[in-house]
Formats: sequence, structure tokens, C-alpha cells
Amino acid sequence: MAAHFGGLTAVGSSPGTTPRTLREAPTVSAVSVRGLIRGFGPKGVLNGVDLDIAPGEFVALLGPSGCGKSTLLRALAGLDHDVKGSGVISVPDRVSVVFQDSRLLPWDSVLGNVTLGLRDHDADAKARKALAEVGLAGREKAWPHELSGGEQQRVALARSLVREPQLLLADEPFGALDALTRIKMHGLLRDLVAAHRPAVLLVTHDVDEAIALADRIVVLDSGRVATVRKVAPEIGTAVDAAGHEALRRNLLTALGVDVAASSH
Amino acid sequence: MSAATAVRRTAVAPHQDPAPAHPKDVRPTGRRLGPGRRRRLAWLLGPSALLLLWTVASATGLLDPRILSEPWTVVATAGELIADGRLQENLAISAQRAGLGLFFGIVVGAVLALLSGLSRAGEALIDGPVQIKRAIPGLALIPLLILWFGIDETMKVLTITLGVFVPIYLQTHAALRGIDLRYVELAQTVGLSRAGFIRRVVLPGALPGFFLGLRFAVTGAWVSLVVVEQINSTSGIGYMMELARTYGQTNIIVLGLAVYGILGLLSDGIVRFIERKALSWQRTLAG
Ligand SMILES: Nc1ncnc2c1ncn2[C@@H]1O[C@H](COP(=O)(O)OP(=O)(O)OP(=O)(O)O)[C@@H](O)[C@H]1O
Ligand SMILES: [Mg+2]
Repeated sequence: MAAHFGGLTAVGSSPGTTPRTLREAPTVSAVSVRGLIRGFGPKGVLNGVDLDIAPGEFVALLGPSGCGKSTLLRALAGLDHDVKGSGVISVPDRVSVVFQDSRLLPWDSVLGNVTLGLRDHDADAKARKALAEVGLAGREKAWPHELSGGEQQRVALARSLVREPQLLLADEPFGALDALTRIKMHGLLRDLVAAHRPAVLLVTHDVDEAIALADRIVVLDSGRVATVRKVAPEIGTAVDAAGHEALRRNLLTALGVDVAASSH
Repeated sequence: MSAATAVRRTAVAPHQDPAPAHPKDVRPTGRRLGPGRRRRLAWLLGPSALLLLWTVASATGLLDPRILSEPWTVVATAGELIADGRLQENLAISAQRAGLGLFFGIVVGAVLALLSGLSRAGEALIDGPVQIKRAIPGLALIPLLILWFGIDETMKVLTITLGVFVPIYLQTHAALRGIDLRYVELAQTVGLSRAGFIRRVVLPGALPGFFLGLRFAVTGAWVSLVVVEQINSTSGIGYMMELARTYGQTNIIVLGLAVYGILGLLSDGIVRFIERKALSWQRTLAG
């Protein structure tokens, strides 16, 4: 796996080559989950999840509230030491997590938060570059509480991208933001992912967000992967594209929403 | 502004008002529940009021000088004792005892809090004994300490240390255990090492508790000092007061009390100042 990701990093760092070629090798994947079972108490939450994510692929994870999306993401992040379960998970070495709350250390400056855990000697320079990428150049010395909610979430994005992750796990990263800021953040995330090309697993409850960002959408139901939909590139970026509305209805139905009542 | 420029400005832009000297600031006045902006030296107000009350009561004869000396007598006594060097000498010895005891107490308290807060084994070993020590008054330990160490400096510093480390331990440990688990998860996802985790998350997260403990500890150090110096000592402010008692010199006793009071107030002020600087990231009611 390591050798493979050496190749991915090389592609990501030289903008001239096209990274699409990597997707055509179906045997290697950034994430592989087999028969994942997790539960709290007697009732199971995940009852055998199988999931593969290709290097550089953007997967959105949809599902009704409480269906186990966060449980799955935390399993991939290795944050579920105390949760009972079984199954096989394989993830790359460098995994970054973006939480719903920006989770900045209140006692550290913006720059200190981005360099947290970085061991490179040029950590500060890298962090400054990452902050500039998310449009926060010049705010390095600010305390987190001096930033707006959207700015804090952008710092969290910078913190996750500065370590050049091979896998980016995001649990409703824009859930706490207003609609306008969220749309701007979609654009930012799309650009950042295009530049750094990590595999992405984005947990969201927003069907439109999933369509706008993902290459593939996975719907979780009753603790299993219930539905998988590919998103054609032209559908993701244009709301009026043919097939957009059909996909949207399809997903809403998969989520158990009465489409006739909710369409507008 | 010269008349010429004023005229020229009027000529160039006759309709433009010059910026008013006092820009208008009209705003709805919302109800503010916090204590408002902090003011410098405001902390002196309470102690000054106390001093004023004492002065007035003495001057009007309400307060008999045999019960409590007048402030000016105390000031004059201070002048005499400073002139013959006794005040500085005793003060230096007292300050040294308090300082040493405080230093060792802080180190012991903080190290124990870290050990017990960061490992289950440490907690099992350390927390119980500290709670037991907490239940035993410092005064009750002195006879035993005198038996073990005699009446020299070791005993005195040790008594202060034993009084100081408990609040440092308790507050630091509580703050450390109260660090949000979300930050621990974050530390894990960004791959912090154990040392990095302690340095970047645990220590700053426990710092507010440490400072709270420090404020208890500083006051506690002066209190322990009084006890050890008045019980068995041949130097220090407490000894000076004890001697004055045998000669019935109220003015020296009151001077000693005033010195203790000033030291307590000053050291608390210093700790608070450092605390404010070190915790400037916090947004609290204190402001
Ligand atoms: N620490 C925990 N202890 C007990 N039960 C838990 C715990 N964490 C999650 N659960 C339960 O597991 C189930 C799945 O939770 P999870 O957080 O994964 O849902 P989710 O799909 O992320 O929901 P949402 O969209 O609301 O965030 C829920 O029923 C929840 O009550
Ligand atoms: Mg969730």
C-alpha cells in the first residue's frame, strides 16, 4: 500500500499529470472495509458494512440521523477503542479528520492549531501556506475565539490538509454553518481536494451537498450500505443538468423521505 | 488647523461637513449581565476602605488604642523598626521560608497532579494519600514534624510545603481531568506524541486549575508561616509579634498583622497578574 501512495503523492505534487489514471486500477483502494460490525450495548449500530474508496475518490455518506454514519467514520479514524465490534478496516498511513465542530485548541493561536502534531522542520511555513489556501493569510496570530464560525472551520480544513492526507474523513464539517457560507465552503473544499487529491469520506445529511461534492454517494440504512450512486461530473456542478433532479429524488427515496411532499 | 486650510476646504467641497470633533455614537443600551470592563487599581478600593474605616474609628476615639493601635502609631513603629533593621531582617527570613515552602509545594503538587491525572496507576497510588493529608489539619502535624526534624528551618519549610501542595494538587488534577475528551481525540487524529499531547493539550488545559490552586497556595503559605513562626521560632515576623505579645506591645503586633496582610494581598495580586497574562486566550466573566 505504501508504494502505491508514493505514486499518489507524486501525482498530487506535479500538477501536469492527470490523476484520473489512478482510478482505473480497481484492485487498489485507499479505504477498504469488510464486514464491519459495531454496537453500543445489545443493539448493533453497524451490521456488516462493506465499503471501498479509491485513491483520490470523493465519497459522500448519507443516512438518516442515528443510523451510524459517525460510528463508521470514527471506526475509520481509529477513535472507537471502547466500542465493541468486529470486521476488517484498512486505511492509509496519513488520515486527517475534520469534525463538525472546528475543534481548535482555545489556548493555541490559529497557527499553533494548524501545526499541531506536525513534525517537519518547516511546519510553520507549511501552515502559513495552508492558511493562505483557505483564505486566512494574516490571521496566524489570532486566538480561535476571535474568528467567525466559518473561519474557524476553515482553520480546521487547513489543519487537516497541511499534513497532506491520503484520506480525509469529514463528519458534517459544514453542519453548523449558514447556507451561504456552506456554499462557499463547498467551492473551497472542491478546490482543495482537486489540488491535494486525498480520498475523501464526507458524512452529511444534505443530499444536495453530497451531489455537489461527491464522485459517489453511499446511503447507510439499518447498519448496512443500502444504496450506492455514482455522480456524473456534469451533474455535480450544475443543478439544472439532466439527471440531477432524478438523482436527488432517488437519494431522498433511499433515505425514506416522501419525495412528492418535499420537492419544490 | 489654520484658517487657510479651513477656508480652502470649504471652497473645494462646500457641501461636505468637516469631521465633527465628537463623532456621534448612538446605540441601544442592552442589559449587560457581566461585571463590565475592568479598571486599573480597582482592587485597591476594598483594602483602602478598610484602612479609612480604621483611621476614622481611631481618630474619633471610637477605637481604644489599647485594643487596636492607631494607624499612625503603627506607621511610626514601622519607621522605628526599619531604622534599627529589625523589620527587614525578620521580613527577609519570613519571606525566604514562605518562598521555599511555596516553591517545593508547587513542584510537588503539580508533579503529583500530572502523575495521578495521566495514569490510572498514578491515581490509584497518589490520590488516596493526598485526600488523607487534606483531611489532617496542618497544625496537627507540627508536633510530629518537630519530633522528626527538630525546630530548625527544615521543619518550617516542610510545614509550609505540606500546606501548599494540597490545593495545587487538587485544582490542577481536577482541571486536568476536566479537559474535554474532544481535544484528546483531536490530539490522536493529528498524531501527537505522548510528550506533545502533554505539552500542547494537557498542560495548557490544566493551567486555569493550576492558577486557582496557586492562589489558594500563596495565601496558605503565609498562614502556615504564621503558625510555624509563632509556635517555635527565634526569628521572622511571627516571632517578632510573639515577642511583642510578652511585652504587651500592641503596636508591633498590629504592625505584624499589617505586614502579613500586605504580603498576602501583594502576592495574590502578582499571581492574578501572571494568571491574566498566561490565560489571555480565555474569554471569561473576569475579562
Ligand atoms: N458513545 C455512545 N454510547 C452509546 N450509544 C451511542 C454512542 N455513540 C453513538 N451511539 C448510538 O449509536 C447510534 C448511531 O450513532 P451515530 O452517531 O453513528 O449516528 P449518525 O448516523 O452519525 O447520526 P447523526 O446524523 O444524527 O449524526 C445512535 O443510535 C446512537 O444513539
Ligand atoms: Mg453523526
